[in-house]
Amino acid sequence: MSEKGWKDLAAGGKITEPGNAAQYKTGDWRTFIPDVDREKCINCLFCYLYCPDMAIEVKEDSTLGEIKLDYCKGCGICSSVCPVKCIEMKKEEK
Amino acid sequence: MKLNIKDLPKIPERLGPGHRLCSGCGAPIVAKMVLMGTKDPVVVTNATGCLEVATTIFPYTAWKTPFIHSAFENSASTAAGVEAAYQSLKRKGKVKEEVKILAIGGDGGTYDIGLQALSGALERGHDFVYLCYDNGAYMNTGIQRSGATPRGSSTTTSPAGEAVPGKQQFPKDLTAICAAHKVPYVAQGAISNWKDLITKASKAFAVKGPAVLNVLSPCPPGWKHADDLAVEISEIAVNSKIWPLYEIENGQWKITYRPRENKIRPVEDWIKMQGRFRHLSRKENHHIIDEIQQWADENWDRLEKMEKATSNQGDSEEKQK
Ligand SMILES: Cc1ncc(C[n+]2csc(CCOP(=O)(O)OP(=O)(O)O)c2C)c(N)n1
Ligand code: SF4
Ligand code: SF4
Ligand code: SF4
Ligand SMILES: [Mg+2]
Repeated sequence: MSEKGWKDLAAGGKITEPGNAAQYKTGDWRTFIPDVDREKCINCLFCYLYCPDMAIEVKEDSTLGEIKLDYCKGCGICSSVCPVKCIEMKKEEK
Repeated sequence: MKLNIKDLPKIPERLGPGHRLCSGCGAPIVAKMVLMGTKDPVVVTNATGCLEVATTIFPYTAWKTPFIHSAFENSASTAAGVEAAYQSLKRKGKVKEEVKILAIGGDGGTYDIGLQALSGALERGHDFVYLCYDNGAYMNTGIQRSGATPRGSSTTTSPAGEAVPGKQQFPKDLTAICAAHKVPYVAQGAISNWKDLITKASKAFAVKGPAVLNVLSPCPPGWKHADDLAVEISEIAVNSKIWPLYEIENGQWKITYRPRENKIRPVEDWIKMQGRFRHLSRKENHHIIDEIQQWADENWDRLEKMEKATSNQGDSEEKQK
């Protein structure tokens, strides 16, 4: 984001674009990366429900979608709540 | 009320990605689950603390719903003002739809500095939901003890050392304090029991008048546990009865989850998972674990008694006799 002068900012420190933190990518915090074995996944969606970073998508048909690596911080909660243990946390090669 | 996990992604996401809470923080899980309790538009007010600070680092916000950063001590007052404005706009016909108001505070912002604002808002009867995410210390300023910090916990202002083994006092009972205001709905929840928590949030949003949710919120750097443990640690807190799940609905106390005999764990299992209690494993400190166990057992007994004493079922049975 380019620097703005105070005259360009909304009064009262308002932020007028909902959810614009999405422009801020927290994925580079990650040391471990979730690796999903989609063959084994039973689409229970617990990983989606518990991800603290809203990084797990659910598809229209209520099955597991993409893991948004732009935001995933690699906490491993998805892996720990997965009932069939199909998410493995792997050291990320950078 | 049937809750199906497949319906939850259809509820608008009010807290989005890109926030800067620590990896594995419980607070955004608490917030997202509570917000799954309503499909209506929600206005959020949030006291200063980790959740507020890390979701709204200027010029960014992770919130996709109107959000007001209040001061540390007055999230409930801010919500009260929003509610008064909303009622007025509604009367004038300027706002037609049903809007919910959620005030959030951490344990420092709720048990301690915001208690007066909360008490006032509950007493005045504003139609809003108050959420305390309780991580048991002032985390955002570097882990200072609060009125919610468990006995024995080491914090920067109750450090465990040679002379004093962590915090001396037991936490205050915020849930009961709120219930004493005789508001329509007060409940205690945990993310491990997601159906229980989202159901409680739905009830809280649905009632007319004030409702309070007090939810346990694990904090990896403050509690000193691994980043992937927020859910498990909540589950063991519940099953060891150190954080019982219950609600007070129109004065009626109800334990909403009773761990089965084979699920019950000693509080020591919960304590052992967290570095903030590490010093309690020393022999000379073992009595503190026993005291905490006794405290949890007595608290549970009191809940059982409250449930019995206030049960409508019991009343009507009495009357039939
Ligand atoms: C009046 C006032 N005093 C002190 C502070 C500094 N402060 C900011 S956040 C915070 C701690 C918040 O603790 P808690 O409410 O438990 O939330 P947490 O950070 O643990 O999520 C403090 C002391 C402040 N912002 N305002
Ligand atoms: S590792 Fe953590 S942040 Fe990444 S997808 Fe899993 S739960 Fe979400
Ligand atoms: S928790 Fe595991 S089984 Fe369930 S949807 Fe996620 S990956 Fe699939
Ligand atoms: S310090 Fe604790 S409460 Fe604050 S962001 Fe980190 S994990 Fe969350
Ligand atoms: Mg706190």
